[in-house]
Amino acid sequence: MSEQKPLLTSRYEIPNAHTIEVAEKHGAYKSARKALLTMKPEDIRAEVKKASIRGRGGAGFPAGVKWGFLNPQEGEQVYLVINGDESEPGTFKDRTILNVDPHRLIEGILITCWAIGAHTAYVYIRGELAHSIKSLDAALAEARAKGYVGEKPFGKPFEIQIYTHSGAGAYICGEETALLNSLEGRRGEPRLKPPFPAIKGAFDQPTIVNNVETIAAVPDVIEMGGEPWCNLSRLAPADGGVRLYGISGHVKRPGIYEAPVGITMRELIDVYGGGMLHDDRPLKAVIPGGSSTPVLRPDLKVDAKKADHPLHPWHGQSEIDVPMGVDTYRALGTMLGTCCAIVMDSSVNMVEACRNLMRFYQHESCGQCTPCREGTGWLLDTLDEICEGRGRPEDVHRLVEIANNMMGNTICAFADGTAMPLLGFVQKFREEFVAAVEKGRPLQARHDDSTAALVRGRAA
Amino acid sequence: MAFALTPEREREVDELLTHYPNKRAALIPVLWICQRQHGWISPEVVAWVAQRLELSTAVVTGVVTFYTMFFQHPVGSHVIWVCRTLSCDLRGAKVIQDHLEEKLGCHAGGTSKDGKFTLLKAECLAACGQAPMVQIDDDYHENLTLEKLDQIIESYRGTPSAQE
Ligand SMILES: Cc1cc2nc3c(=O)[nH]c(=O)nc-3n(C[C@H](O)[C@H](O)[C@H](O)COP(=O)(O)O)c2cc1C
Ligand code: SF4
Ligand code: FES
Repeated sequence: MSEQKPLLTSRYEIPNAHTIEVAEKHGAYKSARKALLTMKPEDIRAEVKKASIRGRGGAGFPAGVKWGFLNPQEGEQVYLVINGDESEPGTFKDRTILNVDPHRLIEGILITCWAIGAHTAYVYIRGELAHSIKSLDAALAEARAKGYVGEKPFGKPFEIQIYTHSGAGAYICGEETALLNSLEGRRGEPRLKPPFPAIKGAFDQPTIVNNVETIAAVPDVIEMGGEPWCNLSRLAPADGGVRLYGISGHVKRPGIYEAPVGITMRELIDVYGGGMLHDDRPLKAVIPGGSSTPVLRPDLKVDAKKADHPLHPWHGQSEIDVPMGVDTYRALGTMLGTCCAIVMDSSVNMVEACRNLMRFYQHESCGQCTPCREGTGWLLDTLDEICEGRGRPEDVHRLVEIANNMMGNTICAFADGTAMPLLGFVQKFREEFVAAVEKGRPLQARHDDSTAALVRGRAA
Repeated sequence: MAFALTPEREREVDELLTHYPNKRAALIPVLWICQRQHGWISPEVVAWVAQRLELSTAVVTGVVTFYTMFFQHPVGSHVIWVCRTLSCDLRGAKVIQDHLEEKLGCHAGGTSKDGKFTLLKAECLAACGQAPMVQIDDDYHENLTLEKLDQIIESYRGTPSAQE
């Protein structure tokens, strides 16, 4: 594991780090004080740009660049909106910040508000996370009592108000424009872009939307300086710093781990995750960064013979030996997403796993666009037929065709986020789909059998 | 029967309204306050909220029906959500659901005969590393085994319902 001392998780092991006394004793608010009292907004923006924080919410857009899109007109008010919707299947990292170290997020918000000229920030948290909302509300009350949040943070005459806003159960509210609608008291339906939120966002005002972890990284950037922070990454300077990695599924130690950007999936599984859950069941597939990111297959080799291919250094190696980065994973034909991996061992049937996720997407489509509303239903229907033994030979091709027709034809990226993993499953495990169709009987290998024994309280 | 919030909750609404530049933005948080008091969003609640925030009942209903956590029908004293998305399913979520259905005598989507528990399926609840898990009212229960689950359910039997 890395020798670097923990940053994002530096207070995770400290008892009561969620209280302001303990958090401050261990460094909280030092960076915010420094930023608000001694730094100009443009200097903060410059450090954040140098840090190359690729957005931690899934798309990987550099935070400093996004902040640069703001161009408020006379009379407009800039808003900061923090995305704590955390609903992408497999993802459970932001919740740890909210529960264990909420003051890190508040500190990041204070610095960011000053840097972008926002007087109001909303933290949108999915409704299921009632305890995380309470945790952040309690921390906000402490920070207000100390005068850090309010009219004059640290004595600086620059008012900053921070409010939490609860969702009420809808995955799509993680999409930033759906989130803004939900914040405004509307149905969580994504908006057509442009205009982008930086021009016209919350309440029709210029708005920056960033993920919880993205903003939680800002205090360390200010403390260390953008460049040194960036260089903690193995993929600096394009993809900087450290980040939270999640791992769930068939590993011995599922959980959230901090590590430099650019460790490999093999390291995440073997070193951080403690290796495969059952020693006699090898890794079969891993979904790298939330359910919308196409699956990786450890026995597939990287094909990058040409010297100018971005993955050339890893030519001939396993897919899981490529460093985990926004650009490297895109070159690999997948996405880094939220950097929270779902690990599946040899007992898992890929058609069943795919059906599980397509049920999710069918349930969560907001229904505005026909290709998405109908396509998710057709995908699920087809997979249900196959899994229940009524599949026809043309169904495998049909799945691909439906998915292809969903891509790029909709208001938001949800439809692409459904079609891409579907195509990944079918392309990489075609033999399993074909076998399922040819067998003509219900799939025997349910993907939860392997660990049912664990739940029953016996060793598997 | 007309609906009204308790004075204490009314004050919560007044405070909420100071958070936003317009009244409509408080809609979802206000619905939450109402559901916490009343248990579900009845037509009377919709009418009350519409009047309080100066919106049409159609607008309020449109929002209520979009979000899965707003109940459009009465539910049991406690609501159990079983996560069935992939990370949980890989670690035995189906066994958890089957066990609960048998124990409570109802299928997912239903309420136990004694009215104590409503059982619902959920999609990923952001606790994938602690799978399998269920959410009961506001609380997460993680790293479940059947034995642990039985104890948890028993501990809820004697407790008052989530809504007062
Ligand atoms: C369907 C969909 C769901 C999303 N869900 C989330 C989410 O739960 N949390 C999140 O931070 N970003 C989510 N995003 C990404 C946001 O739209 C947005 O890019 C992000 O909040 C920007 O923050 P970042 O640049 O700091 O990552 C989602 C995007 C899509 C298309
Ligand atoms: S792509 Fe799907 S989720 Fe996105 S706006 Fe269209 S229907 Fe809604
Ligand atoms: S899959 Fe169950 S909490 Fe994420």
